[in-house]
Amino acid sequence: MNLTLKIWRQKGPKDKGSMVDYKVTDISEHMSFLEMMDVLNEQLINQGEEPVAFDHDCREGICGMCSMYINGEAHGPDRGVTTCQLHMRMFKDGDTITIEPFRAKAFPVIKDLVVDRSSFDRIQHAGGYISVNTSGNTQDANALPISKHAADEAMDAATCIGCGACVASCKNASAMLFVGAKVSQYALLPQGQVEAVDRVKNMVAQMDLEGFGNCTNTGACEIECPKGISLENIARMNREYLSANVKS
Amino acid sequence: MSGFFKSSIGRKYAMALSAFFLMFFLLQHFAINILSVFSPDAFNEASHFMGTFWAVQYVLQPVLIFGVVYHFVMGFILEARNRSARVKKYAKNNGAANSSWMSRNMIYSGLCILAFLVLHFIDFWIPEINTKYIQGDMSGLLGNGEGFRYYEELAHKFESPLRVGAYVIAFIFLSLHLMHGFSSAFQSAGATSMRKEKLQLFGKAYAIIIPLGFIFIALFHHFNHH
Repeated sequence: MNLTLKIWRQKGPKDKGSMVDYKVTDISEHMSFLEMMDVLNEQLINQGEEPVAFDHDCREGICGMCSMYINGEAHGPDRGVTTCQLHMRMFKDGDTITIEPFRAKAFPVIKDLVVDRSSFDRIQHAGGYISVNTSGNTQDANALPISKHAADEAMDAATCIGCGACVASCKNASAMLFVGAKVSQYALLPQGQVEAVDRVKNMVAQMDLEGFGNCTNTGACEIECPKGISLENIARMNREYLSANVKS
Repeated sequence: MSGFFKSSIGRKYAMALSAFFLMFFLLQHFAINILSVFSPDAFNEASHFMGTFWAVQYVLQPVLIFGVVYHFVMGFILEARNRSARVKKYAKNNGAANSSWMSRNMIYSGLCILAFLVLHFIDFWIPEINTKYIQGDMSGLLGNGEGFRYYEELAHKFESPLRVGAYVIAFIFLSLHLMHGFSSAFQSAGATSMRKEKLQLFGKAYAIIIPLGFIFIALFHHFNHH
């Protein structure tokens, strides 16, 4: 298939940036979206032009690095996939595809389609962990009985890969689905209880500090999340936050 | 709890709490107004009770005013913060692919409701406060002293087709606001998804039935007294 691509080009963090049109030809419908971008970049390199910078790592939907806003949706029009899992068969011959970086004040553009998502790392550092003594006499995790229901829900929350599609899709650039998932995966397990109060308070404080917007429950994040993280996690975080503030 | 209401989640709770109160108020406002369709006397009695009972006037009314002002002011503050969280807009954004129009446009439906409230206050609330607390007439009677004034005032207000038109449009926006707002308030307050489907259904019913009922009342009085 032959396509017209409208791609955001920005030389660096301070550059103003603009949309630039490119043509690509003979794209196979079996290619992934990133492979199509590879074809474009080879073409640009052969023409002596600067290739389009974009993030990617595992190319199997688990690293959360690829971060493109394609035709007005995070990770493109398909559901439950990252950009690397999006196939060109989702598009038609002759289509014009608009490709932009994830946009949020807390995700500044580094170059072209690459954004800085270290704000997510700082939120994790603020409380997205449990403290375990690893001196050699660590308790076997299986020694703690956990219900199947809680284990499943915690695992569902833990599948968040921190790609930022929730922030990119939210009209308010809110990070509450990400933070909700990270808070939930510990809140549901006994190991997470010891630091529960500080965790939710510190993670929410860091989230607010990073300049993310406020959740208005549009549900866009849940629809666009490649891992299907549920809005239920935001409701749980809200309950955890209220309870943490009542306790201290 | 220090700093709770300054945090993003604390503000969500506060918006939800004020929304719950406003939705409850709307329900009782409707319950009294619908009486006017069936029995002018019952409507007069209920209006006089609400307008003169101390707990309504000096406890619920101030809470209501605070709730309305808080919901609007915090709505604007949150909207401003949310807008500043994405400085550069997308060249192409397909919001309809993942969210409802109502959920994306709460600020606009809210602004229409605010404009309506200004009109509604000029129409009913300010004259009511003037009669009762400035002129000191707590009797609730007509100028000639023959019966209560409430039903007569209501019927008189809905003579104008322009006012009725404005009310109908405002109630359509109120319905759109509630379509998202009802279930959103529960989600903000931490309601679990177990009850979400039934809650959403109940919320949609509330969002349609109450505004439609208010539209019916306005049209009923317009056509019955024209």
